[in-house]
Amino acid sequence: MEGFILLMQIYVFVLAIFVGFELITKVPPTLHTPLMSGSNAISGITIVGALLSAGVEEMSISTILGFIAIIFAMINVVGGFLVTDRMLKMFKKK
Amino acid sequence: MLVVSYIVYLIASICFIFGIKKLASPKTARQGNQLAAVGMLLAIVVTLLDRRVLSFEWIIAGIIIGSAIGAVFALKVKMTGMPQMVGLLNGFGGGASVLVALSEYERIYFGNQQFEVNTMVTIVLSILIGSVTFTGSLIAFGKLQELITGKVIKYPFQHPLNALLILGVFVAGVIVVINPSNIELLLIITAVSLVLGVLLVLPIGGADMPVAISLLNSYSGIAASMTGFVLSNNMLIIAGALVGASGIILTIIMCKGMNRSLMNVVLGGWESAGTSGPSKSVSSPKGQVKSIDSEELAMLLDSVSSVIIVPGYGMAVAQAQHAVRDLMTVLEKKGVKVRFAIHPVAGRMPGHMNVLLAEAQVEYDKLLAMEDINDDFPNTDVVIIIGANDVVNPAARHDQNSPIYGMPILNVDYAKTVIINKRSLNVGYAGIDNELFFYPNALMYFGDAKEAITRLVNELKSS
Repeated sequence: MEGFILLMQIYVFVLAIFVGFELITKVPPTLHTPLMSGSNAISGITIVGALLSAGVEEMSISTILGFIAIIFAMINVVGGFLVTDRMLKMFKKK
Repeated sequence: MLVVSYIVYLIASICFIFGIKKLASPKTARQGNQLAAVGMLLAIVVTLLDRRVLSFEWIIAGIIIGSAIGAVFALKVKMTGMPQMVGLLNGFGGGASVLVALSEYERIYFGNQQFEVNTMVTIVLSILIGSVTFTGSLIAFGKLQELITGKVIKYPFQHPLNALLILGVFVAGVIVVINPSNIELLLIITAVSLVLGVLLVLPIGGADMPVAISLLNSYSGIAASMTGFVLSNNMLIIAGALVGASGIILTIIMCKGMNRSLMNVVLGGWESAGTSGPSKSVSSPKGQVKSIDSEELAMLLDSVSSVIIVPGYGMAVAQAQHAVRDLMTVLEKKGVKVRFAIHPVAGRMPGHMNVLLAEAQVEYDKLLAMEDINDDFPNTDVVIIIGANDVVNPAARHDQNSPIYGMPILNVDYAKTVIINKRSLNVGYAGIDNELFFYPNALMYFGDAKEAITRLVNELKSS
């Protein structure tokens, strides 16, 4: 059963990579920097794991690690989305 | 409740996918980014409602501190500093993955729960990839911020040392998977992976940074995916895979732009660069270099009908993008058709030049990629090169002894006149002479990009 779950996860991973390839090859070179910073913000999704680590009831090493992970992931998320928005605001056509 | 949260995670994943899809056009890109941000918000909120989350003090503190730091970074950073910013953000993403993996390990370890083989494998991979991303990105940041030298740094036994460390981490990883309670060994793996990140990025030189940053971007995504495997969360796996794919594609584009294999870049530097300096085997056609001053150049530009501007890293260093926009405006007022030719590896990260020129309010439809504009050079009156060097070196087309032979270049030398703005005749990153400077249709316009272009704009205005 456990192996089956892993297999399903690998399915999802591989299919998502294909989706990613399809989507990203269509992004024009002019937007490559915002693509990087924006996708970077998305990789801050680790925040979900960090929240689960820091949210346990009794205080432990796990909580501390989770706390630092939240800070890191939030820098990534907030910094990434905001800076991408700042850049994309500037792209104008005549 | 569990079902609800999984449905919300699915919606968040869809937001990420559509968000990236909307990046396919500058018109919808901003909306796309906002959509992805909404997805992230949904994911965070539903996680906070999870029954495993019981205490909120640490969470609230962490969210406030992290958001504040992120917001300050995002609002303060200059557009010329964007490569460093992205480098730093990659690092934090990787760092978060390592911490979550360690935390998950501690939880199982101290909770006296059973270690599953799957979980251990993904914890070790999370730690390895996340750590390399973390310290590697910090080194990349240091190089781009010029806290440490941007040159190729070689150290003794570089390749054997790295190979040994990588092998060591894999062996230790297998041992930990077989015997999961060996917490010391897991911490050693973490430490060695952190060192590996430093050692792998240190040898990469400044102009190769586009590749390094793209690759680290990809790693940060894969690290997030691994965290998804650790937590059995498909949303993390999907989001991470999207970012991983994005980074890999950009890496491939950057490598093609330099005609080099990924291995060659990762192992550090052009074959000759950094160690031997300008390679002697390269036949450089020494001859007379002609130069032009701003007054003559203004007169020349007064009588042309088409101009292509080629920006490079030098424009970013001199912060000359606004002066360049002024040049475009004044030329357009005189009825000249002005366009920009952007080489894929111009600058220090993919799309670096485009962002700078967008900041200076140059419309994005005037920025053309190499393959779209390369055939137009023969019909162009004047090409103005601002702070670019290797990407316009014709030796790449014909000189088989040149280290950049085979690299796709902008065919600027086919234009009627080529103006090269540069501070000196120094060699570019590849450490080789640029024969273009000696061509009969080439004219050097010496000076700092910002100062020289501003001078030219004033001349053009007064004429």
